[in-house]
Amino acid sequence: MIRRHDPGRALGLRIWGLIRKETRQVARDPSSVLIAVVLPLLLLVLFGYGVSFDPRRISIGLVVEQPTAETGSFTTSLRSVRFFDVRTSRDRRAFEAALVAGRLNGIVVLEADFAGRAARGDTAPIQVIVDGSDPNNADLVRNYIQGAWANWLEQEALSLGQQTHPPVVLAPRVWFNPGVSSHHYLVPGSIAIILTLIGALLTALVVAREWERGTMEALLATPVGVLELLIGKLVPYFALGLGAMALSVATAVLLFEVPFRGSFLLLALVGAVFLFTALGQGLLLSTVTRNQLAASHGALLSAFLPAFIFSGFVFEINSMPWPLPWISTVVPARYFISSLQTLFLAGNVTSVIGLDLLAMALIGSVFFALTALKTKTRLE
Amino acid sequence: MDEPLVLIDGLTKRFGPGQRPAIERLTTRIEPGRVTGLVGPDGAGKTTLLRLIAGLLLPDEGRLAVCGFNTAADIGEIRRVVAYMPQRFGLYEDLTVLENLTLYADLRAVVGRERQEAFERLLTFTDLARFSDRLAGALSGGMKQKLGLACALVRKPRLLLLDEPSVGVDPISRRELWQMVYALVDQGIGVVWSTAYLDEAERCPEALLLSEGRLLYGGPPTELTHRAAGRTYAIREMEGDRRAILARALGRPEVMDGVIQGRSVRLLLAEGAEPPRPENVEAGAHAQVVPVPPRFEDAFMILLGGARANSPFAALARQNTVDGAVVEASVLTRRFGRFVAADRISFSVRSGEIFGLLGPNGAGKSTTFKMLCGLLRPSSGTAWVTGVDLATAPGLARARLGYMAQRFSLYADLSVQQNLDFFAGIYGLSVRAGREATARMVETFDLTPYLAASAGLLPLGFKQRLALACAVLHDPDVLFLDEPTSGVDPRTRREFWAHINAMVERGVTVMVTTHFMEEAEYCDRIGLVYRGQLIASGSPDELKVQARSATAADPTLEDAFIALIEAYDRKAAA
Repeated sequence: MIRRHDPGRALGLRIWGLIRKETRQVARDPSSVLIAVVLPLLLLVLFGYGVSFDPRRISIGLVVEQPTAETGSFTTSLRSVRFFDVRTSRDRRAFEAALVAGRLNGIVVLEADFAGRAARGDTAPIQVIVDGSDPNNADLVRNYIQGAWANWLEQEALSLGQQTHPPVVLAPRVWFNPGVSSHHYLVPGSIAIILTLIGALLTALVVAREWERGTMEALLATPVGVLELLIGKLVPYFALGLGAMALSVATAVLLFEVPFRGSFLLLALVGAVFLFTALGQGLLLSTVTRNQLAASHGALLSAFLPAFIFSGFVFEINSMPWPLPWISTVVPARYFISSLQTLFLAGNVTSVIGLDLLAMALIGSVFFALTALKTKTRLE
Repeated sequence: MDEPLVLIDGLTKRFGPGQRPAIERLTTRIEPGRVTGLVGPDGAGKTTLLRLIAGLLLPDEGRLAVCGFNTAADIGEIRRVVAYMPQRFGLYEDLTVLENLTLYADLRAVVGRERQEAFERLLTFTDLARFSDRLAGALSGGMKQKLGLACALVRKPRLLLLDEPSVGVDPISRRELWQMVYALVDQGIGVVWSTAYLDEAERCPEALLLSEGRLLYGGPPTELTHRAAGRTYAIREMEGDRRAILARALGRPEVMDGVIQGRSVRLLLAEGAEPPRPENVEAGAHAQVVPVPPRFEDAFMILLGGARANSPFAALARQNTVDGAVVEASVLTRRFGRFVAADRISFSVRSGEIFGLLGPNGAGKSTTFKMLCGLLRPSSGTAWVTGVDLATAPGLARARLGYMAQRFSLYADLSVQQNLDFFAGIYGLSVRAGREATARMVETFDLTPYLAASAGLLPLGFKQRLALACAVLHDPDVLFLDEPTSGVDPRTRREFWAHINAMVERGVTVMVTTHFMEEAEYCDRIGLVYRGQLIASGSPDELKVQARSATAADPTLEDAFIALIEAYDRKAAA
């Protein structure tokens, strides 16, 4: 039995009571299960299967005005590129309509004197027409055809017994992601988006809900303190977030076969520190707004969108114009994604992860300091 | 026990610059060992005062000591000795009864055997032991209220603050709640009970009457009521139209205030005035004017300076009356899943009649009401308005009815003129007809000085006028009112009913839902809805007769309500 003058145990009891209450609510609230389990799986599947920056099958129309041995060997060489889906014709007009309609990504024209021009070493022996309305794709098609062309030239020279002497030989070797598969960095990145949603959105909702339903007023009239309230809210969602992260990592590794080269212990630490900042942000939002609708809008605008845009998840931070890279330095997801990609693809690179941890801890502390300042045990 | 529980001296609380203070220079004391009623209409400052006492708000000026502690400096002590039950009970609806109690026991450090004893005591006290595993959200209003009370009492406080505990609670639960509070007082707990129902003040040995943040009266309510002694009369055995008789009585200089009570009219006289004679108000040959005991509300009206509200509607031309039933419900049933919210409800309302649907929250009166104004489709049965079937021609029927939602809901950030124009538009009035109708309303309700003002900033009385104007803009045959004046101060309520009575005189039919007994008294006939069924109907006087017993020779409408529901429950149990 606790005597009234035992403040330490009374404090522990209050915190435990709040945690237990919150956990029961989480377990009974279908929306928290939705956000913690269904949403991560949905997002992972979406990013794992739906989004990819790798070249897909590219439809090329190849116009051969006068078939010769050379055009034949060029056609074969073009067909051997695994991204290309090559159709041939003798008349370019057959393809122009298809290009306009978007059924073709590009047209390659080999004119009647192709063989002669190629032999003379003309600068433009072939003509490439691409659909510039989709610049990304156009660039891709242009580059691939250029590569194929260079390749073919070299092959031709070899087969003719001539020796080409390129001044520099490029022997590219891609580190960490040898297949240059976009899944390998998109899937770890989406884990950060998921945790941002769980941390910021879920917590933003739950504190605001207490205000809206009038239960906060009843809580505040008891001997409960600010820190106890915050801890009581934090612990269950922290556990929920770590659980969601474990689920996401397992899905990434087992289903999408993303390699994981770091240590799980370090991953847990990085995830915990990031959750700390996301939860802090969510708590701050709902404490300031006291309204579920405003808090959820706030969470989407100030946590989810920046995590999507400014984190390097999709858009490269280094190629952003000034001052956007500066803005990204206060987006905690940026550091989390950096750590996640490092842990998944590179391993325990402590110099990177250490800095990321520091930055996240700093941002999180600011959120919590502000929340503690804004949360009062009064209604004012 | 000389030390007061709460000492308030010159207390002022403001919520924003330029606004009227929510509490203004309030000085009073709250004594231990009794129930103190904190009485006043909505917006009087009751909740603000309770929050100040609970230390949830800090005073701007003045001194406030609770159990000898300062609410700013000794907040920890205050939280230990004061229990506070906010409006809407402060319960977690997704936790069970027991889990709610456990949380508050954790927060107040009640553990071990002490906790066990407290839970047993409270569950017995509130009669909730049977429901300890039920989710709080699945409890009725009355049971939620009891659970809220139990949570506040997990550790015995010195001071218990209850913010409008009787709102949304049926009369039976309300009576039980009062018995529980009296039991707490016997244990030495000081209780503050805030309420907008003036009749509840009479149950408190001490009452603080608040109006617009100021203390109008503090002391035993009987003492205040006594000021109205000898000034209250009832006209009984009247013949003719009681609404017209009331209007004539209110037109006389000696009458300060008057209300309809079933077949009688109750009058409050000016100081030293003689009561009017029955022939003065054309009440019929057999009418008698007899003295009746004063009520707390009479005294409040004296403090407010009386209400001699005359409705401009009385001056307007009489509308065409419709023959036969204007509103008719025929075996109306509405199911939500397996739950039957309205079960074979039938009644009909004649032209120029006020019909009230009375019943506890959740009984099915709102469901019935919504089916009658075409907002909800019945599962079976038919609803007619002015002879039009709502199921087949809802648009036509709705054009004939006006609807005023609870507590004057208007577009607060639109001006008065914009609100009127908007409603003229949605009623489908042509531009010209709309302009004429809004001009007529502005003139009738004297809204000219406020035309450009935002509706949200209007004084309460004008908000009410505007809401009514918007509901009757298109000259409806039937007016539907959803709890129109609960929580409103008596003067504003008198004015509202003066308008309604004048409209009824012109041939408009009125449907009211209410759980508020005084509103029910204005009705010509009442249908009592309970557990989805219409268990009784008749004039207020007829219902009172049904409840007359050896112990209650002159039952109030509330007594009748309780007796009828208890009789129904007994029959259902048998």
